[in-house]
Amino acid sequence: MNVRLYVWQRTTAALMAPLVLIHIAVIFYATRQGLSAADILSRTHGSVAWATFYGIFVAAVAVHASIGVRNILSEWSPLKARAIDVFVILFGIALAILGFRAIAALVLA
Amino acid sequence: MSEAISELSVSLWRGGGDGRYETYAVPRRENQTVLDVVTFVQRHIDPTLSYRFACRVGVCGSCAMTVNGKPRWTCRTHVSRVVGTDAGGAQLEIGPLENLPVIKDLATDMAAFFAKWQEAQGVFAPSKTRHDAIEQISPASPARRAADAAIECINCGVCYAGCDTVRWNSDYLGPAALTRAFTLVNDVRDAGNTARLQAIAATGGCHACHSHQSCQELCPQSLNPTAAIAALKRHTAAAYLKGEIKA
Amino acid sequence: MIARQLKHRGSALWVAAMVHRLSGLALAIFLPLHFLALGLAIDGEARLDSFLRWSDQPLVKLAEVGLVFLLTVHLLGGLRVLVIENFAWRDGQKQLATIAAAVSALAAFLFLVRVF
Repeated sequence: MNVRLYVWQRTTAALMAPLVLIHIAVIFYATRQGLSAADILSRTHGSVAWATFYGIFVAAVAVHASIGVRNILSEWSPLKARAIDVFVILFGIALAILGFRAIAALVLA
Repeated sequence: MSEAISELSVSLWRGGGDGRYETYAVPRRENQTVLDVVTFVQRHIDPTLSYRFACRVGVCGSCAMTVNGKPRWTCRTHVSRVVGTDAGGAQLEIGPLENLPVIKDLATDMAAFFAKWQEAQGVFAPSKTRHDAIEQISPASPARRAADAAIECINCGVCYAGCDTVRWNSDYLGPAALTRAFTLVNDVRDAGNTARLQAIAATGGCHACHSHQSCQELCPQSLNPTAAIAALKRHTAAAYLKGEIKA
Repeated sequence: MIARQLKHRGSALWVAAMVHRLSGLALAIFLPLHFLALGLAIDGEARLDSFLRWSDQPLVKLAEVGLVFLLTVHLLGGLRVLVIENFAWRDGQKQLATIAAAVSALAAFLFLVRVF
């Protein structure tokens, strides 16, 4: 971990703190209501607000989780630094792609 | 010397990194320290035991060892406070400090500990000569207070031995080196701050710290490396964002 | 390792840091699956619906309770780190760390009650 990765990780963490609280509230709401797919999609379809909120969330978590996993691998695995960097970059890209795809699925459906 | 009140069974590490624990029977006395125990073994049972000590009164930091799983100053650890039962059945287990190569028995090679001190640029860089006026520093200024709170480190190695990030990350400079760097960051007379922040902003620098706080809990001088390192994270992040240092 | 035990690992703050790391790792493993499940909507509403019905099973709900705990505990652990790193030092952190764990367990319990 160096200063550049540190700044990225702490910034995305601080950014996500309120997003996580809202997300937990959403989880509680959705499960209480026993929402079906139709219910969910009717709320998210075409919603700029949903897309923006979760778009920011996905971008932030892709950066934050990759750096976190990088720390764990460099301290707990025998892998070399170069291999770890390649793996976590791919992991971050995968998270971003899957996350934006999920948002598209719910907003553009 | 007080009379023996009973016997103590003690496990001491013998050999190098591939050694083993050996058990000794030592007379237990009142007001006995762990260093007394080690000394007794070396003087009366096995003169080949290797260990370090100097002042015996808790000011030099030479006698630090792992006692029942915790790095401590053996001269300031009373046997009555730590005696228990370990897995091998002994009441006291004494080994060399962790996270450092073992030379022999209870003595470790502290070269890496001091090398990291240098790498963290824990060395004063003067900005004036003897021909300049003496810098007037108020002891009450916030920077001096911060430096004073962190300056009493005597390089005993306890924090380094107790740090899991040191254990898992061979690049990590460690709590002691970073705390010393922190005191210099707060020293207005020092001229080497940019280079110092650059050194501790690299891989293995202050950002590797995960705030386990073992160092702060273990330090026999009641220093707080976790807080010092947290402050360094702020200093380096600010310097980085201002473009004064590079990633 | 020569010492046969490492006492510093029993500290509440060390445990807090470890729980923070392990919960982050678990969430990082969970996230791609979460995104894949939500992405089922691309194949149409029915596909997502059948997944939601599958997730109505007690074991899945129990896993979700676990996830709520992991997310809450990781958030609170992260706040601990952000506070240590950005604000003046405060003592009494051990108590705060324990309270954070309790709050997370409470959140998970509330979710459990909700969902069953």
